[in-house]
Amino acid sequence: MRRRTILGYGAVGAGALLFALFVGWWQVDGPGAPELEGQRPLALSAMDFSLTDHEGNEVGPETLIGRPAMVFFGFTYCPDVCPTTLSDISGWLDDLGDEANEMSVVFITVDPERDTVDAMSEYVGYFHPAIRGWTGEDEEIAKAVRGFRASYERVPTEGGGYTMNHTASVFLFDAAGRFVTMIDYHEPREFAVPKIRRALEQETEGAT
Amino acid sequence: MRTFIITGAMTALLSSAGALTPALAGSEDVVVEGAWSRASIGMNRPGAAYMTIRNTGDTPVILIGLVTPLAMMPEIHESKTDADGVSSMAPADEITIAPGESMSLEPGGLHAMLMQLQTPMTEGESYPLTLLFDDGGEVTVEVPILGIAARGPND
Repeated sequence: MRRRTILGYGAVGAGALLFALFVGWWQVDGPGAPELEGQRPLALSAMDFSLTDHEGNEVGPETLIGRPAMVFFGFTYCPDVCPTTLSDISGWLDDLGDEANEMSVVFITVDPERDTVDAMSEYVGYFHPAIRGWTGEDEEIAKAVRGFRASYERVPTEGGGYTMNHTASVFLFDAAGRFVTMIDYHEPREFAVPKIRRALEQETEGAT
Repeated sequence: MRTFIITGAMTALLSSAGALTPALAGSEDVVVEGAWSRASIGMNRPGAAYMTIRNTGDTPVILIGLVTPLAMMPEIHESKTDADGVSSMAPADEITIAPGESMSLEPGGLHAMLMQLQTPMTEGESYPLTLLFDDGGEVTVEVPILGIAARGPND
């Protein structure tokens, strides 16, 4: 009788432990895990991905540390939102004038299949010269997108082609690689330029 | 701003000059203003056209389609950006423009999506784009091609 009671407690205890483990898994890695979307991007120093810029250089998040950075996602086969973002950014950089030279500005493609290094090189050449274009392996692009807590999705179109849905916000980091803020798509320029200046000023503060 | 005036508007001008009493209806009263496109890189990527479509008449007009020699598949598409900042694009339904109202096709919203380009879109050139309306009317505008980094019709 007594032994059976102890065994019973043991079984309940083991069950409770398994349940706790299950709940933990569910909330952290399982279906109950919080959506990455909508969370704050990681600091650049906490990200891990390896890509190639439009001049063929190996680049990653570490490339951006040391100067304030402005990073956004897109693809060159995008007829509307991406050229608009790139021309908006070119306009902000023109407004900033010499200050823009202190920043890294990076366009990361979410469509590496079509956006080869050459395609990126040709495309960014039409916009502000500070804008760099990064591409790479699917897996590395996915790691970058996760680090920024952004998202993208390939969507088939009629006629056999495809388009990409993707986060269109522009991410700002200070010189230490800390996330400062983001500029949402369609945000008026009078808000965007002061936000960029804030990222630039944090660099100055950090330096003194 | 460049203004493209089509037959309906010509009639409207004539009538406002006192030649006729206006009894215009439907797509004849459509005026398209400020049309522009960005140049393309080659022919593989889709292009886009932007403009303001104004209904100067007293009945609603419904835009049902597009035709242009520039692209095999021109369609009205709409870009949307959700609360998480994710942009997507999809074909738009028919677009109804109420009397006296105008509809803007502009970056980041409704736009004429030009798929399967037949020739590259070269800065400084232009191409005709025909808007089809549900009453069988057509309005053709000449769309100037601006630079790839253009932000509006005056860039």
